[in-house]
Amino acid sequence: MSFVIATSVEEALAALANGASPIAGGTDLVVGARHGKFELPPELVAIDRIEALATIEIGADSMRIGSGVTHATLMADPAIVGSYTAVADAAALVGSPATRNVGTIGGNIMNASPAMDTGAPLVVLGASVELARVGSSRVVPIGDLWSGPGQTTASADELCTAVLVPSRPAASGTAYVRLEYRRAMEIAVVGAAAAVELADDGSISAVAVALSAVAPTIISIEIEPADVERGSVAEAASQQCSPITDLRASDRYRRHCVGVIASRAVDAAARRAAGESIAVPVNRALGIGAA
Amino acid sequence: MSEIYELRVNGVDYPVTADANRNLSGVLRDELGLTGTKEGCDDCECGACMVLLDGQPINSCSYLAAQAQGREISTVEGLMDRDEMHPLQTNILECGGVQCGFCTPGMLMSAHALLERTPEPSLEEIKVGLSGNLCRCTGYGTIFEAVAAASKVEKVEP
Ligand SMILES: Cc1cc2nc3c(=O)[nH]c(=O)nc-3n(C[C@H](O)[C@H](O)[C@H](O)COP(=O)(O)OP(=O)(O)OC[C@H]3O[C@@H](n4cnc5c(N)ncnc54)[C@H](O)[C@@H]3O)c2cc1C
Ligand code: FES
Ligand code: FES
Repeated sequence: MSFVIATSVEEALAALANGASPIAGGTDLVVGARHGKFELPPELVAIDRIEALATIEIGADSMRIGSGVTHATLMADPAIVGSYTAVADAAALVGSPATRNVGTIGGNIMNASPAMDTGAPLVVLGASVELARVGSSRVVPIGDLWSGPGQTTASADELCTAVLVPSRPAASGTAYVRLEYRRAMEIAVVGAAAAVELADDGSISAVAVALSAVAPTIISIEIEPADVERGSVAEAASQQCSPITDLRASDRYRRHCVGVIASRAVDAAARRAAGESIAVPVNRALGIGAA
Repeated sequence: MSEIYELRVNGVDYPVTADANRNLSGVLRDELGLTGTKEGCDDCECGACMVLLDGQPINSCSYLAAQAQGREISTVEGLMDRDEMHPLQTNILECGGVQCGFCTPGMLMSAHALLERTPEPSLEEIKVGLSGNLCRCTGYGTIFEAVAAASKVEKVEP
């Protein structure tokens, strides 16, 4: 086994080209390996000291979130909380303070668990992912990143360097809600992110919903403003998912609950779009999770 | 293959020779003899292994020791000031927040990081700060009380 600590993106890319695997916070990688899910990769390159990966940059028409930004930063950063509130809702729910201090957004999306919390918010925000390898880089829509549970379309020598999120229109709001049985050290039983835009008369002009933990990857559902008016968000979400049964919940329970959670997410996003301030994470305002 | 590196724990530099896959709690306990840090679940669930990395709590059972090079590691052994207990330690004893004591080092380290960041935490902030630490004995109430009491003591000290 070998372990090197990279201090620049170039150094990390060179290590990946030579067969090393990246480790950021290690909260999936080390925990999974110690648990016996898989072996720790024989060559590791630590990317948590690379300053260029740990920054959030606000551009003219988008925000660039470095892959090494931690959940602790995401949940408290004023620009994220202000413009991409659903991402902050999600980050604030991850694990415990210890998990959030070292766990990163890059690790969360590259680990590709269908229950990951930042994935659904990034889908409704229309985010894309920057993947770099020695000599080249490419940008892919985040929905194209995941190919199955724990699987991505990135190749082994590609490093996720950043997540790019387009700027939000003025009268808009987002929210991420998850069903959890307790308030810490939990993973989503099901989760839903919503983004809502309002027209001048206050009616909903656009809506997007994505779901976690109810399909092999995060899924985006087909939904229109008329569905919100008709009160059929829950039905749409329940119909369009394909959940499994495991020790945390049955497929039927997940299918039902994801509808409830999706309609609460749309409602919270619409309230935020209308200017109401609902603290992060919105789960607490909704009273979800035993105290 | 073993890696050779240094770890800085409670302000002291220790030379370490260990395989790259060794976890930090194991190296602290078995190589450096710092057994104040406990291992409960070894699965990132219980918080008995909580230490601070550059002042922030981490689960040392599930953190690679080699990845902690070049950072400041703080363990429960560093809380005392010579033979004087830290206000968190005196208060957790006075409030009855220690029964079997297995969770105590981890609780203290999470609480210490919380008070450094939030000197006057609300009860809700104390609960969130300790949300990665399980205690099977006390029912938590006395631990929350101890942290609240210690926050008042820490405030008057420089
Ligand atoms: C107690 C506990 C609770 C948790 N709770 C939650 C939760 O509530 N919600 C949730 O979503 N997750 C949760 N997790 C999972 C985990 O903390 C998150 O997924 C976290 O964001 C992973 O980030 P990391 O930096 O630790 O990733 P790592 O473990 O370092 O890496 C994960 C995987 O991604 C790869 N990788 C990392 N960074 C990059 C990069 N930049 N480019 C390419 N590949 C990369 C690694 O090689 C590895 O395969 C929890 C974990 C624990 C231990
Ligand atoms: S021993 Fe590390 S969390 Fe339990
Ligand atoms: S005192 Fe026994 S586990 Fe907390």
